[in-house]
Amino acid sequence: MDATMAVKPTTAVKTKPKRNVRNRILKNRYIYLMILPGLIYFVLFKYIPMVGLAISFEDFQPYRGMFGGPWVGFEYFHQLFTDPAFWMILKNTLILFGLNLLIFFPIPIVLALMLNEIKVQFFKRSVQTIIYIPYFMSWVIVVSITYVLLTTDDGIINGILVELGHQKINFLLSTSWFRPIYVLQNIWQGAGWGTIIYLAAITSIDPGLYEAAKMDGASRLRQIWHITLPAIRSVIVILLILKIGQVLDLGYEHVYLMLNSMNRSVAEIIDTYVYTAGLQEGQWSYSTAIGFFKSLIGLILVMGANWLAKKVGEEGVY
Amino acid sequence: MLRDRSVASLIFEIVNYTLLSIIALLTLLPFVHVIAASFTTNAELATKTFVLIPTRYTLSAYKYIFSTDEVTRSLLVSIGITAVGTFVSMLLSCLMAYGLSRKDLYGRGVILFLVIFTMLFQAGMIPTFLVVKDLGMIDSYWSLIIPGAISAFNLIILKNFFQSLPEGLEESAKIDGCSDFGILFKIVIPLSLPAIATISLFYAVNYWNTYFNAILYLNDASKWPVQVILRQIVVLASGLDFNNSALTDTVPPPDQTVKMAVIVVATVPVLLVYPFLQKYFTKGALLGSIKG
Repeated sequence: MDATMAVKPTTAVKTKPKRNVRNRILKNRYIYLMILPGLIYFVLFKYIPMVGLAISFEDFQPYRGMFGGPWVGFEYFHQLFTDPAFWMILKNTLILFGLNLLIFFPIPIVLALMLNEIKVQFFKRSVQTIIYIPYFMSWVIVVSITYVLLTTDDGIINGILVELGHQKINFLLSTSWFRPIYVLQNIWQGAGWGTIIYLAAITSIDPGLYEAAKMDGASRLRQIWHITLPAIRSVIVILLILKIGQVLDLGYEHVYLMLNSMNRSVAEIIDTYVYTAGLQEGQWSYSTAIGFFKSLIGLILVMGANWLAKKVGEEGVY
Repeated sequence: MLRDRSVASLIFEIVNYTLLSIIALLTLLPFVHVIAASFTTNAELATKTFVLIPTRYTLSAYKYIFSTDEVTRSLLVSIGITAVGTFVSMLLSCLMAYGLSRKDLYGRGVILFLVIFTMLFQAGMIPTFLVVKDLGMIDSYWSLIIPGAISAFNLIILKNFFQSLPEGLEESAKIDGCSDFGILFKIVIPLSLPAIATISLFYAVNYWNTYFNAILYLNDASKWPVQVILRQIVVLASGLDFNNSALTDTVPPPDQTVKMAVIVVATVPVLLVYPFLQKYFTKGALLGSIKG
């Protein structure tokens, strides 16, 4: 035994893990069978489309198939950077993202801190129940409600304006009202729901910290500032990273509904432009190039934000 | 404890309660107005600007929308898509999540990475559309279900939940001769009902709210779900978008009360399941972690 071990150490090392792997796979063959349908789904609808991004490098026509067109290299990306429409939609996209980050993002944090200070459980639960509801409404419903409230014929907001002696405002066609309305819709729909993750993080704070702070004479605001906020900092960072990854991902379902020919100069964003140029005007390769550019920027930003978070000592997303 | 009753603390309490009450009220108000207005007569809505409680109730708006084929049919479509879609999504998600929850699985890390990567990078609308088209799903109801059947986010929540169950359970079931499928359907799923219920309802709400996929994949208007019809009636028929004025040229725009009623009809099913959902998510239980 000693002799064989000494003679063939290399083969023993080589074959053993292989057999191990085969055994492990065989043992779990039914588990692989369970994963298979899901895996096929991800390959078919997530990874084959990624391969399909190749059409942004060719002159694609649907009847020629995915790889049937003549290759044009980076021509469509050149077109992208020289197209004035592209700079307009990029600007619009970045402005909406900036507004989301500056105005929307902090609101769930503040709301969660306020809710956490409520000691009457019935009141707290009632408020939570109410502010979560809009999250479950589709964008069609949210935008439809906006329409019936803001329309110039019989809309309630314009009715109030008239009664106060003002002129009617055509909110839905206005370029200056589009952005405020977009942000307000986001807040109405998502701010309440956004508190959940912060409230969950807050429950893990040791109550002893607050007792100690009270002993030291810290006011309620100081307790929030020095105990609650630092305790949920890592959650805030994680959500911020995820948000930054969605820079160019503003919810085309939402914006597409608000878009009309009058507010196009501020409301056309990358996603809606991809739909219009690609599916309505048939510029397949060009619109795919725009989408590709968008996804790539998103990936780079989320990785960058994650790297930065780790650099300053936070946990990061992955 | 004494400091809690100080003047500053009292002011803080008053401001906090007042602000939160106002926020809750502002959240409810738009929808309450829409519900009230849907039961109001057109005449009253035109003369009064602000309706919270109508003076005369009428069901005429509802009678009108259910007398048209369009809304009734689209509601049936939405119900069908939601029922079948939720079942398909849950079946695929549970199978895959359970598989991925098994730490002894060879290649688990790679598959998990493939799933998580799809949350960070998407191919986008056009390539996905082309795949769906090549699969022959255009104008099929399946195009509203299969291309979005698994949400990577929901999958990972389920996987984490399954993973948190004690491993001893599976071991003893195996010793008793239970197969892998048996363990999943007879032990793991019954033990995970809160998570299963929550994720099912998330999927269901998503299917009910589907509209963009229907615009992308269904050219046949008779197959449209209720959200697309709602968009036709309220958003497009407002005649604001001159590119899409086909509808308003021929038909006069629907009455304001009719629009309100369609909004209510499209929302009510979601509001009905909401109380069941709420029980679970207030605990924050399902938001365990999105990290792999």
